Amino acid sequence: MARTGSSALLGADVVEIAQVARSVATFGERYLRRVFTRRELAYCSADGRDAAPHLAARFAAKEAAAKALRVGDAPLDWRWIEVARRADGSCRLRLHEGMRTLARRRRVGALRVSLSHDGAYAFAVVIGDTRAPGRRRTRGR
Amino acid sequence: MSDEIRLILKEHGRLSVDATTLGDDADLYKAGMTSHASVNVMLALEAKFDIEFPDRMLKRSVFETIASIRDAVAELRPR
Repeated sequence: MARTGSSALLGADVVEIAQVARSVATFGERYLRRVFTRRELAYCSADGRDAAPHLAARFAAKEAAAKALRVGDAPLDWRWIEVARRADGSCRLRLHEGMRTLARRRRVGALRVSLSHDGAYAFAVVIGDTRAPGRRRTRGR
Repeated sequence: MSDEIRLILKEHGRLSVDATTLGDDADLYKAGMTSHASVNVMLALEAKFDIEFPDRMLKRSVFETIASIRDAVAELRPR
């Protein structure tokens, strides 16, 4: 049953891994540093792994989050949406600057993200919800 | 400048139509440009015109048409 005054947020995106590899080959560091945070780049290039699938999954997550947040025509620096990893290997989103402000203004609660890549494509889905203004959480009776 | 923008769109925009045939006000997203492709278009524009897009211009509407891109580049180009 839907909760009164709140609404679900959902976004998904798919990215062709070869397109990300092409962008890296064409624009190099300029592309990497305009789209990804230092922490994301460190993870994606760690241990000599092939970075492209991991970068593509992160771009898909950023776009999925932008859809979930209904960014519309607000300014969006892709580094304002960061995929971070927990100790158990699962991923979470960190919002920065303009996206953090937008999420607060829209009363967005926690966002959850799931990433995947297989073969030629990377995929991500983001879910969350908005909090109703003036409502407080109450303990179950 | 519009023709230079069309060439960049042809190379980096991943459009489903020939960018050189698009009108200045044609919707580039409807023509197949993805968000990821728009990043490539932005980087190519920066290199071509020696500009840097500030945060305030990293908006969907700025990259929506050839005309809107042309206006943004004109604003950012050194005079």
